[in-house]
Amino acid sequence: MQVTMSVNGESVTRDIEGRLLLVHFLRDTLGLTGTHWGCDTSNCGACVAWLDGEPVKTCTVLAAMADGREVRTVEGLEQDGVLDPVQEGFMRCHGLQCGFCTPGMLMTARALLDRDPDPDEQTIREAISGQICRCTGYTTIVRSVQWAAEHSAETVGSES
Amino acid sequence: MTTLDEGVAAGPEDLEHADNDQHPVGHGRMLRKEDPRFVRGMGNYVDDIQLKGMLHLAILRSPVAHARIVSIDVSAAQAHPKVKAVITGADLAEKGLAWMPTLSNDVQAVLATDKVRFQGQEVAFVVAEDRYSARDALELIDVEYDMLPPVIDVRKALAPDAPVIRDDLDGKTDNHCFDWETGDAAATEAVFAKADVVVSQDIVYPRVHPAPMETCGCVADYERVGGQLTLWTTSQAPHAHRTVYALVSGLPEHKIRVIAPDIGGGFGNKVPIYPGYVCAIVASLVIGKPVKWMEDRTENLVSTGFARDYVMRGEIAATKEGKILAIRTHVLADHGAFNGTAAPIKYPAGFFGVFTGSYDLEAAYCSMTAVYTNKAPGGVAYACSFRITEAVYLVERIVDCLAYDLEMDPVELRRKNFIQPDQFPYTTKTGWVYDSGEYERALDLALEMAGYDELRREQEEKRARGELMGIGVAFFTEAVGAGPRKDMDILGLGMADGAELRVHPTGKAVVRVSCMSQGQGHETTFAQIVAEEIGIPPADIQVVNGDTDQTPFGLGTYGSRSTPVSGAAAALVARKVRDKAQIIASGMLEVSVTDLEWQKGSFAVKGDPTRSVTIQDIAMRAHGAGDLPDGIEGGLEAQICYNPSNLTYPFGAYVCVVDVDPGTAAVKVRRFVAVDDCGTRINPMIIEGQVHGGLTDGVGMALMEIIAFDEDGNCLGGSLMDYLIPTSLEVPHWETGHTVTPSPHHPIGAKGVGESATVGSPPAVVNAVVDALKPYGIRHADMPLTPSRVWDAMQGKPTPPI
Repeated sequence: MQVTMSVNGESVTRDIEGRLLLVHFLRDTLGLTGTHWGCDTSNCGACVAWLDGEPVKTCTVLAAMADGREVRTVEGLEQDGVLDPVQEGFMRCHGLQCGFCTPGMLMTARALLDRDPDPDEQTIREAISGQICRCTGYTTIVRSVQWAAEHSAETVGSES
Repeated sequence: MTTLDEGVAAGPEDLEHADNDQHPVGHGRMLRKEDPRFVRGMGNYVDDIQLKGMLHLAILRSPVAHARIVSIDVSAAQAHPKVKAVITGADLAEKGLAWMPTLSNDVQAVLATDKVRFQGQEVAFVVAEDRYSARDALELIDVEYDMLPPVIDVRKALAPDAPVIRDDLDGKTDNHCFDWETGDAAATEAVFAKADVVVSQDIVYPRVHPAPMETCGCVADYERVGGQLTLWTTSQAPHAHRTVYALVSGLPEHKIRVIAPDIGGGFGNKVPIYPGYVCAIVASLVIGKPVKWMEDRTENLVSTGFARDYVMRGEIAATKEGKILAIRTHVLADHGAFNGTAAPIKYPAGFFGVFTGSYDLEAAYCSMTAVYTNKAPGGVAYACSFRITEAVYLVERIVDCLAYDLEMDPVELRRKNFIQPDQFPYTTKTGWVYDSGEYERALDLALEMAGYDELRREQEEKRARGELMGIGVAFFTEAVGAGPRKDMDILGLGMADGAELRVHPTGKAVVRVSCMSQGQGHETTFAQIVAEEIGIPPADIQVVNGDTDQTPFGLGTYGSRSTPVSGAAAALVARKVRDKAQIIASGMLEVSVTDLEWQKGSFAVKGDPTRSVTIQDIAMRAHGAGDLPDGIEGGLEAQICYNPSNLTYPFGAYVCVVDVDPGTAAVKVRRFVAVDDCGTRINPMIIEGQVHGGLTDGVGMALMEIIAFDEDGNCLGGSLMDYLIPTSLEVPHWETGHTVTPSPHHPIGAKGVGESATVGSPPAVVNAVVDALKPYGIRHADMPLTPSRVWDAMQGKPTPPI
């Protein structure tokens, strides 16, 4: 079957198997390997990307279900060479180690800040609670999101 | 030159507002060099690799724990239009590849030929044009099994009527794997006989799994004409893997290139060589195309390196005043179907010998029996520091049991028995030489940060109201940095690490190390280690790791050995380059070498600091046309291989506060204070991250994680819906502090920290939960302390079957 969707603002059309998962469509078909795969059971959240502005676990969405819709991945966070504040925050506050869960965490964090620009610690913890990080123990992820909340896009440089 | 920061106690640290972006030329807080690619989704993990014509491999696994293979019919799978090959154990046996050595000199089936020995064991593989088709074809393979009774309960593995699992081994008539002992049995018995108080407790450290977010996998690419095999793989030890592949496959070692790209967490799970890697290599050899194998999450949990699985009897002897005299233990170790433990050959129980803990004892003894069961192989994984997690859990639990029986404060009991600073180097009763320590200082800092006395008062008030609050304390000493090559090798490969440093003409540099980051930030830390010694900013130093063609030989990253071993190598190779730089500088400044003094980044004439040359000036001279002192070759580079003279012994004091809901038995970790002493600190930001991750592991193991089996040998932890890993809601805001007691024998005094918190935190959490249950008369309860287990404990059943 043929699907057409917007991925990071660009329209893509591909012929795919009906059973193809969105995570594999992004990774294998489009080569957007920033979205990771980690569990099969929607527990780990390494595969989180946006579908029509909402974070979803792309291992549990068929590529066909994204037909006609808008997908945004970690590769779409940086705009015109300027990092998103969540990207900057994760670097400054050591919110990542191996980097495998990071793209999913970043997408969830951006979505959280878009609807709640000043979340408290518990709100951040709840927002990322569908995602697993084996490295950081989450405290520095919380700190990273708080940093991003305190720094709007205008104040974050692109030199990194 | 590194300055050893003697005797520093610091903390609590204001980490919320710490400036991590300090650009040190050497040690200090510094943002990670690897992060700009990771936050952009530009990491390069194995599954990200796409090669032209690449095929996909999937493995058929046994659905049962123990059965004889009667027949395998692959005809339908072979007929699948997108399938390129279907291979069984019989096919591999024809090539002499059906079995491979494990890292413990046992053998393991690559694909089962005679029978399957654990659920999830590899039986056949399919290579197809895409990953979905490969999986489809697995469904078309028909295997007939003749069921055998499985051996699941480790306590029954040596029963006379137990089915023999390893009938592939000549003359094997039971499930015995090995016996091991350490310490002095007679001396220990004598001390126990005279002791006022003896406490005995059965303690189980259940089977758990590292479950890194990235599962294991590889891409094998055999280029037929040149006879070159390139393997991109999830390996924490690329060089050791290459050597083993060369020995097993017969391919010449120089024609094998092992590349570990970015690794999505390892924690020991990516130390062993798994059958899947071998299958992919075989497939690429046979088909002549690149072949990718990536396991799914269930495959990772049911078949790859597990951790722990020790059933321990702990015994402690003491005076009635609380002077600990001796510790004794017997351990029944479950090694699964093959002994796949990765540990130095002379240490089949890893470094469990440090079960004497941080205490000055008169005697100690451990006996261990390891057995085969119908479970997945493995054994040393999950940041265990070569079984030190088990050792620390045993001693810190049994000390708390003693405190319970003596009705003493567990803090005071520990304080009374610590090895004192003037006793270092301290040789334990099991023969380990602890390099340095100042335990009471770390404990005091942790208690101060936690507000221990206030917490005890709060607990008293809450108990009076029927609320269940617990305070757990644990103190650990680790032995890391394996290790001295005279004592330590894996499959005959000595555990020394090489390092190479090359300074380019413009003063930029590249350092090549043998260890392999899995998220620890080596690209940053190793640049800082070199920068500290040679004065080139870390930003100007590229760190290369994870490619056997690009780096010197070394044994890889596990057992917290990167900083203690490869870190030492990096520092020493930098000093070697600096020594050469000094000679060149003497020529440039026309003074003798002894008249120069090093100021980080330049050599100056003693007494005349205006006459100096920078390391960058020297690098240009070393490569330039100008004269060099007699006997000095051009270039500015060096290489070394560092053989540690001893292990390093980091330590720490942890305080955990929990609340237990009396109605639901759910445990909430309210606070956790961790004071770590890893000697000289290279990048405090990265150290903090290492500690946080380990503390989270500890909460997971103490409260949630277990790989359990039913009586038929079905794995009950085969997905992340069943194997529970802490999320952001199960762990508290971590509070960390530190002291600094440098290692006297390490070139920069660093001790390693990667596994400290995983080792030290489980007993702190369990001690806290048991403390909360004191009103119920509970002295011990076994992990994981899930609500149902805590509830059982409250009903008087604290020790469930494994």
